[in-house]
Amino acid sequence: MSETRDLSVFVKREADGTAHMDLAVEGVGCAGCIRKIENGLKQVPGIVDARLNFTNRRLAVGWRDQALNASQIIEALARIGYRAYPFEPGRAETEEARETRRLLKCLAVAGFAAMNIMLLSVSVWAGSDMTSETRDFFHWLSALIALPAAAYAGQPFFRNAWSALRIGRVNMDVPISLGVTLALAMSVVETVNHAEHAYFDSAVMLLFFLLCGRYLDHAMRRKTRAVAGNLAALKSEIAHRFEKSGEVVMVPVAALKPGDRLLVRAGERMPADGVVIGGNSEIDESLITGETAHRPVASGAAIHAGSLNFAGTLTVRVTAAGADTFLAEVERLLDKAVVARSRYMRLADRAAGLYAPVVHTTAALTAIGWLMAGASLHDAIVTAIAVLIITCPCALSLAIPAVQVVASGALFRSGIILNSGDAIERLAEADTVVFDKTGTLTLPEPRVANAAEIEPALLELAARLALSSRHPLAAAVAREARNGTPIEGAIEEPGRGVRAIIDGREARLGSTAFCGLAVPVGQGLTGEDGASLIAFAHGDQRIVLAVRQALRPDAAPVVKALRGLGLDVKILSGDRASAVAPIATALGISDWQGGLKPADKIATIDALKAAGRRVLMVGDGLNDAPALAAAHVSLSPISAADLTQAQADAVFLGERIQPVVEAIVTARRARRLMLQNLSLSAIYNTVAIPVAVAGLVTPLVAAIAMSSSSLIVTLNALRARMSAPDRSPAPPALMLSERPA
Amino acid sequence: MNILVYLVPMALGLGLIGLAGFLWSLKSGQYDDVDGAALRVLSDDDIE
Repeated sequence: MSETRDLSVFVKREADGTAHMDLAVEGVGCAGCIRKIENGLKQVPGIVDARLNFTNRRLAVGWRDQALNASQIIEALARIGYRAYPFEPGRAETEEARETRRLLKCLAVAGFAAMNIMLLSVSVWAGSDMTSETRDFFHWLSALIALPAAAYAGQPFFRNAWSALRIGRVNMDVPISLGVTLALAMSVVETVNHAEHAYFDSAVMLLFFLLCGRYLDHAMRRKTRAVAGNLAALKSEIAHRFEKSGEVVMVPVAALKPGDRLLVRAGERMPADGVVIGGNSEIDESLITGETAHRPVASGAAIHAGSLNFAGTLTVRVTAAGADTFLAEVERLLDKAVVARSRYMRLADRAAGLYAPVVHTTAALTAIGWLMAGASLHDAIVTAIAVLIITCPCALSLAIPAVQVVASGALFRSGIILNSGDAIERLAEADTVVFDKTGTLTLPEPRVANAAEIEPALLELAARLALSSRHPLAAAVAREARNGTPIEGAIEEPGRGVRAIIDGREARLGSTAFCGLAVPVGQGLTGEDGASLIAFAHGDQRIVLAVRQALRPDAAPVVKALRGLGLDVKILSGDRASAVAPIATALGISDWQGGLKPADKIATIDALKAAGRRVLMVGDGLNDAPALAAAHVSLSPISAADLTQAQADAVFLGERIQPVVEAIVTARRARRLMLQNLSLSAIYNTVAIPVAVAGLVTPLVAAIAMSSSSLIVTLNALRARMSAPDRSPAPPALMLSERPA
Repeated sequence: MNILVYLVPMALGLGLIGLAGFLWSLKSGQYDDVDGAALRVLSDDDIE
């Protein structure tokens, strides 16, 4: 590569003269890749360490700083056959990794304590001829293990419960913490009084089960976040920056600062907001406003990050987002939408809100009841605490996370990455789907519209010739190529087209004039319907290709399937009404609006919300971001603008829009299972409470009841795995080779 | 019941060894790449 690349923002330098960098690697799929990459890199002189993490497809490289630079490593990987992208783990991800580790430690401690205490408890339960001294000894031993273990392993719950209580709320961790603490305290008192029953085993086992659920939940979220992070790294683009010396250097977008001057060639996306200071061109802003017509720009014009330079080369000065730019307006709307978003009360928290008062009142009433019936204060309190222990929401607090873990795993396998944990519940409630048009119902890149009418051999030649050009229209033609080898000796004439000699005759691809062609009249290819024309000539054969936004291949069946699920389908687009109408007609959607500004989209969604609808918004453009935030739940394709993706509750991969249906089907099944699980735990409690109130609960009964109810709930949750019969397979291995948009 | 004097510390000790082993394996990063570990065993670097 002739240009120099500056990747220093991604490199960490150590005091001992070594440098380190993390890379997201594309196309790693098997055991052989690990060895090929690691051994291949270690043979490069200067590289001291290379280790590929197969789970998250990331490579950690260490090298001697003087011997190599970062871009040489990426080139070395390219020689081995892998594309790699420098990567900087986000703060949230690092934080999550630490949290997962802490949960695992807690889990280990709780597991150790539960096993050892159970060993002692089982002997107490079984040893009817045990002397009371031995029993006391076992109880003290249990206390010795349980108290420090619970103090350590219970921290995740205690901390959550405390922070909820401080703001005057009750979450599921409050009854858990209360139950565990009271069980331990009572057991210590009972042990001091040489009593027969102590509940150390129940308390620790409860912690162990709950930590299992919480760890699984975390591990799943971490995995999806890693995939999302890799895709972001794959997408992150490189900018061409003018250095002071006038030389052009490739830098990662992350390193750009306001005031930098950039070179943006035809076919490249604007890496940052800026003002044109040189050159003329047309830009495609469909990712930003949804508008598919191109806008001519010249010196002094402001352009947004994400717009595609369509024609000429531009020199651009990077600006910080000004107060009057489109982006600033989007962000202002976004802030308002996020604040206004009614705080969704999660199913689990709603259940906790019902559960805690009921159980705590029952416990208090039990104590009072026994006192009035003439029991001693000690007996009354012990019975009341037994009620708390046996109803400790083990099953209840596993009921929802277990389903969530299994369902998000199923979604992950079909190419849907969840951004927020409660998205599943909200997805299940959606009754109206609002689609954006450009990039959502249509493919993010334009396609050759009349491919079917052209002789396949000629189209193939045109497509292979197009591979040599960077022009966006040529890129659309190149996507028709079945054989990915470019034609040798192709010469690009900027602004006109490409030419090459094929089979002894000259072939040209480019503007109609470049190919010596007047636009044929009466064929409907006049460009008025939003199509751009590109011509191909080979010898005396000439064809005209119409390139335009194409519907996603499965858009029509998906709309039908959504209707079949009882959902209302609408289109809200920022594009001209004349461009939206044919799409809406093709899909049979009568309820559509075009030419909407971001504020209009929010207003429409708010109106739907006011009418009691729960709106699922599917969109990709920057102009959709506020609407995504305002909707009840939102989805966006992986090709969406970064800001938009950050607002969506889930992101789906691939060219098909089928994941929207799958997400709803899976979410609905998951919600059904969640409600089932909640009723199962409610049934368990209705059976257990009278037994406990009657004072019949022994530690043995508590242990059996608790573990069996947790098992039932977890097994029921596994049913969320079962997938819809017609789901499209998208194995996770493929996801990381997803092409950046 | 004097046997308990040996058995209880032994049981606890074994459990603690297991716990310490787990914490060590966690600290040395053995759970960072679970899928990779399953595949690495298949590559035979020593034969070449």
